[in-house]
Amino acid sequence: MTSAAKFHYVLRLADTSLVLGQRLGEWVGHAPALEEDLALANIALDLVGQARLLLTYAGEIEGRGRDEDALAFLRDAPDFCNVSLAEQPNGDFGRTILRQFLLDAWQLELYEALCASTDARLAEIAAKAVKETRYHLRFSAGWVVRLGDGTGESHARVAAALDELWRFTDELLTPDALDDEMAAAGVAPSLAELRVRWEERVGAVLEEATLKRPAAASYLWHGKRGVHTEHLGHMLAEMQHLPRTFPGVTW
Amino acid sequence: MYTQALDSPTPSGEGRAGSAGDEAALERRFDERVERDEKIEPKDWMPEAYRQTLVRQISQHAHSEIVGMLPEGNWITRAPSLRRKAVLIAKVQDEGGHGMYLYSAAETLGVERAELLEQLLDGRAKYSSIFNYPTLTWADVGAIGWLVDGAAIMNQIPICRCSYGPYARAMVRICKEESFHQRQGFEIMLALARGSEEQRAMAQDALNRWWWPSIMMFGPSDATSTHTAQSMKWRIKRFTNDELRQKFVDVTVPQAEFLGLTIPDPALRWDETSQHYLTGPIDWSEFKAVVQGNGPCNRERVQARRQAHEDGRWVREAAAAHAAKHRSRS
Amino acid sequence: MSNDWPLFEVFIRARSGLEHKHVGSLHAADARMAIEHARDVYTRRQEGVSIWVVRSSEIIASDPEEADALFEPARDKVYRHPTFYDIPDEVKNL
Repeated sequence: MTSAAKFHYVLRLADTSLVLGQRLGEWVGHAPALEEDLALANIALDLVGQARLLLTYAGEIEGRGRDEDALAFLRDAPDFCNVSLAEQPNGDFGRTILRQFLLDAWQLELYEALCASTDARLAEIAAKAVKETRYHLRFSAGWVVRLGDGTGESHARVAAALDELWRFTDELLTPDALDDEMAAAGVAPSLAELRVRWEERVGAVLEEATLKRPAAASYLWHGKRGVHTEHLGHMLAEMQHLPRTFPGVTW
Repeated sequence: MYTQALDSPTPSGEGRAGSAGDEAALERRFDERVERDEKIEPKDWMPEAYRQTLVRQISQHAHSEIVGMLPEGNWITRAPSLRRKAVLIAKVQDEGGHGMYLYSAAETLGVERAELLEQLLDGRAKYSSIFNYPTLTWADVGAIGWLVDGAAIMNQIPICRCSYGPYARAMVRICKEESFHQRQGFEIMLALARGSEEQRAMAQDALNRWWWPSIMMFGPSDATSTHTAQSMKWRIKRFTNDELRQKFVDVTVPQAEFLGLTIPDPALRWDETSQHYLTGPIDWSEFKAVVQGNGPCNRERVQARRQAHEDGRWVREAAAAHAAKHRSRS
Repeated sequence: MSNDWPLFEVFIRARSGLEHKHVGSLHAADARMAIEHARDVYTRRQEGVSIWVVRSSEIIASDPEEADALFEPARDKVYRHPTFYDIPDEVKNL
């Protein structure tokens, strides 16, 4: 395994947390209730924290002196390795919650498995992240059920969100060459096994939420290989504006 | 401070039914308790005017915290480093939390949060004027932490000793959390002041725009503020507007000097006799305009909260419906 | 804020504490949400290891008007306090 390979793998984890955290940051001050403002901010904070640890590690693996900020603020979209689901726009609260739930369920399986990674640093980061993610999933799953099994309007909104976002889930669970390489080295889990657990967990919550699981998607998104949707470019333009306008300074 | 409209007339309330003699005795006993620095708790007898003054003061403070999430929340997605982003999210989260502690304290006085929110959203309730100013650059985030939170701390510490128990306890909690807010802001300003030409200019520009609104936060001068006396007697307010304002100026001027920034007041001077920094004249017409709803962002701020509330209606209803379904099932 | 989200009182037991303390209140639609909200609002600085939430309507409080009758009698029963008893210093472990 080359350091380039591991670098890219860690970026996938880091960028997913970063992009998802950035999306949640957009909600602060605009949530349905003050308590939800705090809850979403809490999750955003956890995700940014994960991103910082993972980006720092990625920079060390790369060995070119790039720190967490150089990686976050000075790469363009094709160099980002987050899964495409993370960059999808917030939409309404139901869409945000559903996106969160699908990713929380995935991150939980992933981090739990990474606790046993042959890479000690990843295992350490995962051990911390797993506790946070358990709470995120509790929160998002609870809301999926409330909205799915709430009023007619809430059910319709979250069912629509599910139909739109489901097609991005295949990327989480379909291994490519890099995933296979990491699994073979014991760095990362086998996505095939992860898929079984994810589908079970997600299925149970959707059922409780009286939501119908959409049919399997036919298009495979490639965010983790740097081929994103149009949304990422806009997000990065906003996020990276200051360091790119005033290069080389300390904030 | 977050309670500037305290100085508007408090309607004289009706006490509990009973003879005038009973009423007078209860009031006398209440006054004695307050004078002994005893805490008044939710179920204790209190003059109606005291209760109403507190509801207004506490709710204004709560509204200020949650509206205050907006000018700073505006920069979360554009924070220039991950550390700054994380700290800013945490700060704004704290502000939301402070709003919650305060609404919670207000609710002990028999008013519902839904009612208070309605007053805010339809423009009837006041909140601190400072949040009606826009955050135009990253330096504004620093200026708010340094100046606005600095002013807030000055006002809040004495309220930790106010006569009403739930309010005092909420303030103790808030004060503990507030100290990191001001340091965060000052640290941002320091990094800018020590940075490039453009960063220094950014910091100076922010100070130029936030200085006067910050010192106006303490409310009108004592000479024009007619209801301070009653609030001081009831130990809701412990220092006058001018006293707090002076304290703030004295503490902040040296901090600006340390940063190498210039306070936008050509008349500012150190007065050897009184041992205070004396400011130039404050433009109270600007303050009045902002308090009356004609500041730069008044409409946008309330509109944003109204939008969030409306957009979230289906969510709140869904949660209530779900809970009801399950209550009837079990 | 919908009127259908009832008010809950929150009690937190600190990491180093022995009992739950009342820290404030919040609105939530159901018990699970109340716990999560309490966790998000009141334990951000690792203040707590245990959370109790109780619907405010379930709390029964003593009436301050009766404070004298309820609490005064205990005031002059100093024999409930250890300092009331005069034990010679030579006696250990008491």
